[in-house]
Amino acid sequence: MSASLDKVSQTLKGVIDAPIASYFESCVHCGLCAEACLFYTETGDPKYTPIHKLEPLRRVYEQEFTLLGRLKKLVGLSRPITDDELDQWQELVYDSCTLCGRCSLVCPVGNDIVYMVRKFREGMAVSGHVPDGIRSATKRTVEIGGPMGLKWPAVANVLRKAGEATGVTIPVDQEGADYLVLLSSMEIVNYPEYIEALARIFNKAGISFTVASDAFEATNAGIQIGSSDLAKVIVSRIVDAAERLKVKYVLSPECGHAYMAIRWEGPNLIGRPFGFEVVHVLELLDELRQKGVLKMKDTFKDPLILHDPCQIVRRGGVLQAPDALIRQVAENYIPIADQQKWNWCCGGGGGASAIHTEEAEALRARVFQIKKRQIEEAGVGTMVTFCANCRIVMEEGLDHYEMNTKLLGLTELLAEHLED
Amino acid sequence: MQGPLIDTLARQGVSRRTFLKYCATLASMMALPPAAGLAMAEAMAAARRPSVIWLPFQECTGCTESITRSHSPTLEGMIFDMISLDYQETLMAAAGHQAEEALHAAMKANHGKYLLIVDGSIPLGQDGAYSCIGGRSNLEILKEAAQGAAAIIAVGTCAAYGGIPKARPNPTGAVSVSDIVKDKPIVNIPGCPPVPVVMTGVLAHYLTFGSLPDLDDKGRPRAFFGETIHDRCYRRPFYDQGKFAKTFDDKGARRGWCLFELGCKGPVTHNACATAKWNGGTSWPVESGHGCLGCSEPDFWDAGDFYKALSMPAHPPTSVVAAPVAGATAGAAAGFANRAKKNAARKARQPITVADLEK
Amino acid sequence: MNELQFLTWVRGPGLDIAVGIFLLGTVWRLFEIYTLGRGKDLAAPRRAAGASGLHTVFRRSLPPPGMLKRSPVSYIGGYIFHIGLAVIVFLGAPHIMLIANLTGLSWPGLPAQIIGLATVMTMAAMLAMLVDRINKPAKRFLSTFEDWFTWAVTFLPVLTGWMAVQHLLLPYTTMLALHILSVEILLIVLPFTKLFHVFTLFGSRWYNGSANARKGVPV
Repeated sequence: MSASLDKVSQTLKGVIDAPIASYFESCVHCGLCAEACLFYTETGDPKYTPIHKLEPLRRVYEQEFTLLGRLKKLVGLSRPITDDELDQWQELVYDSCTLCGRCSLVCPVGNDIVYMVRKFREGMAVSGHVPDGIRSATKRTVEIGGPMGLKWPAVANVLRKAGEATGVTIPVDQEGADYLVLLSSMEIVNYPEYIEALARIFNKAGISFTVASDAFEATNAGIQIGSSDLAKVIVSRIVDAAERLKVKYVLSPECGHAYMAIRWEGPNLIGRPFGFEVVHVLELLDELRQKGVLKMKDTFKDPLILHDPCQIVRRGGVLQAPDALIRQVAENYIPIADQQKWNWCCGGGGGASAIHTEEAEALRARVFQIKKRQIEEAGVGTMVTFCANCRIVMEEGLDHYEMNTKLLGLTELLAEHLED
Repeated sequence: MQGPLIDTLARQGVSRRTFLKYCATLASMMALPPAAGLAMAEAMAAARRPSVIWLPFQECTGCTESITRSHSPTLEGMIFDMISLDYQETLMAAAGHQAEEALHAAMKANHGKYLLIVDGSIPLGQDGAYSCIGGRSNLEILKEAAQGAAAIIAVGTCAAYGGIPKARPNPTGAVSVSDIVKDKPIVNIPGCPPVPVVMTGVLAHYLTFGSLPDLDDKGRPRAFFGETIHDRCYRRPFYDQGKFAKTFDDKGARRGWCLFELGCKGPVTHNACATAKWNGGTSWPVESGHGCLGCSEPDFWDAGDFYKALSMPAHPPTSVVAAPVAGATAGAAAGFANRAKKNAARKARQPITVADLEK
Repeated sequence: MNELQFLTWVRGPGLDIAVGIFLLGTVWRLFEIYTLGRGKDLAAPRRAAGASGLHTVFRRSLPPPGMLKRSPVSYIGGYIFHIGLAVIVFLGAPHIMLIANLTGLSWPGLPAQIIGLATVMTMAAMLAMLVDRINKPAKRFLSTFEDWFTWAVTFLPVLTGWMAVQHLLLPYTTMLALHILSVEILLIVLPFTKLFHVFTLFGSRWYNGSANARKGVPV
């Protein structure tokens, strides 16, 4: 066994736990997870069956932790994992799994398949079986501070401009503020409107907030690549800043994986509970709505549907807020069949959108057909979402199919119609 | 009694014709060719009386009763007249040292030629102290007697298979004759008690042909034990139609339906009851409304409830306590090993850096 | 060994062996699996998990929206054969007799004709699911020897039981013995194959349900 395979085996042995054992033992090969996975439904290729994406992990479990597996290994009846195999599985674990978790919701025996994929990625990452795109994003985040290589001066510039546009100065490194606001590089670069919207809403609600110059980035490529060690490095920046600035809340931006990383994985990565609360921006907005602070001056008239980002809704638990908020602002909101926790992924979550190989991009375009169908069946010209990554991936998909559907961010939409 | 058997029988009012008929029946029951009946009759009628030694061990005397205590004199009983029964505790007039002397005298006189009949099992516990005759254990007596025997007939389930004394928990350490004696031909005639005609049939065969009949894998004469009670049961048609009595006093029971569900062991019991019947052909257990107990099969006492259908477990599974305990122990050990392995892997693991992301 | 000795063996020593291996294997495997433990979730829960694990145990028995249409045979066939097996095992008169015999507990059963119908439906559903496993790409792709084997091991007790009751092909005694033997094989195989899901299913649903309930998602 090569040194790198040793590392894989060691890492996987460390992450396999009772739920994973129970899940593997429960699987009856019914194939229903495939029917829940857009990579299977849109391609019809059975290799995309979610549980199959975990086959090497299953074998490590069997060979290391079960009596029969150990016996089989002893007499040479079991196949050890190989580098070639992991190479082959890289596509299945990264390109064609967005960690969307829809399979975990339909599995009849109750397997949380995506939980296992996340753990399997630990072993893939440790041996370098990772796509270049995610690898370089992770390196940039660890070494520079964000997946796109953004540095603070550039961010400060964007914040200053947003301040000018809204007339609200965005405080930086202000101790004692209620909220530490996190941003995602994508928002800073592609959707500065989000920052403006936020500034205006905070101002109107009279809530104090701040941005930390050393912890502005909310996204965590370490989670996507599947390395707890690197994810911990990244999340620690936020924790350190939040504790230094003594904030009560840390505000996660719309971005799905950013929310997942800080809200649900964060405390487990650093090994202790947080002394502050992590709030998703939509949760805050919904709270303001309920308090009557979030009043609209008018409404959005065009018929629209909502795309629920997986990591915020299905895997994140922000279930009610998006619906309540969209109803606040949109006059013609059309709920669709697979909504809320049953939504279909944009096709680029879990780091997949950072993979820019020809095959990965072609695959993403292919699986976007499911979103295309949803838009077409609803017969609307507008789709609202609340994740910068979903938005970029779906923009690409819409371009690919030459659709002129308008994509909007929910926070921006609210800000746009906010009472002055 | 002296003289050929036929004269003795005649004195008791059994005609030659009746005797011939009896021999023919016997021959047919033993699946011998018709001519064998005549040969048998002739051989037996003129038989010199061979010495027979009957040793009773751990037994209830039921086997002896079965043969001798018929309500009217039977041919089976009279067959015994043609042998020289030199030792039979229950029947012989002699007692004490006198009886033992008779035994030894017979053994000495007919060494290598006498027929040894055994009823009762042999206790091995406490050095055989559970059953002694004249201060000697059954084991000792059997070994000594077997040495000079031409053949041994183990009469009754106790002698053949250990029987009721051997039933769990077998307090006396009872074993069968064939568990002790390995170098002599042994015929098992199991049954609790055995069917009389089977005993006389085997004797007749031995007297006629000078050899033992064909035996099955459990040492029983195939002629009498070749088929099951179930195979020859007059209630069999009801079984085939799925008509079963559910209790001993329901409609099915009154109509004579199959007793399978009431625990009849007929389907797994080899014996001649269904054809030979008992009490001079009057009836037999199933005919009188009770299921077969399976008494001619080894360990019948421990083969499950007498009133439990054969489709039910013979006994409560023996492993219900031991297996889960063993499983829990092994599982806990495996669990410890797994956790140790997991913790070791976690400890040995170096935190990865961005450099590790390269292959 | 003749057919009757065969029957005696399966209801005596055979049953002992099978029940022994089944109990040993089951307890062992449960220990092996669940002693692996899991890390405590340090993230502040949106709400306490409470009985959510239990809710998921029940909720997962219903087909999620849209799934019935995507894989009708899996769901309809799955329902029929699982419920069918339960009906046959727990409401068939001979089986109640068996349970009463082992535990002393007894309850009224269903008429033999209804059990017969349930048996035929169960076998039909299992055959349909076998065909589905061959036809559906994802299922066929996932299938290994174990999948075919466990199917057969589950199907045989139903088939032999039905044939014994209907007096088909072989004498009742032989069929009954084969039926008991096939159940014994099932018992022996169960702890060491995917059939073990009859136990781990509850753990899996529970884990999934309680972990996601902390996040506020009923799964």
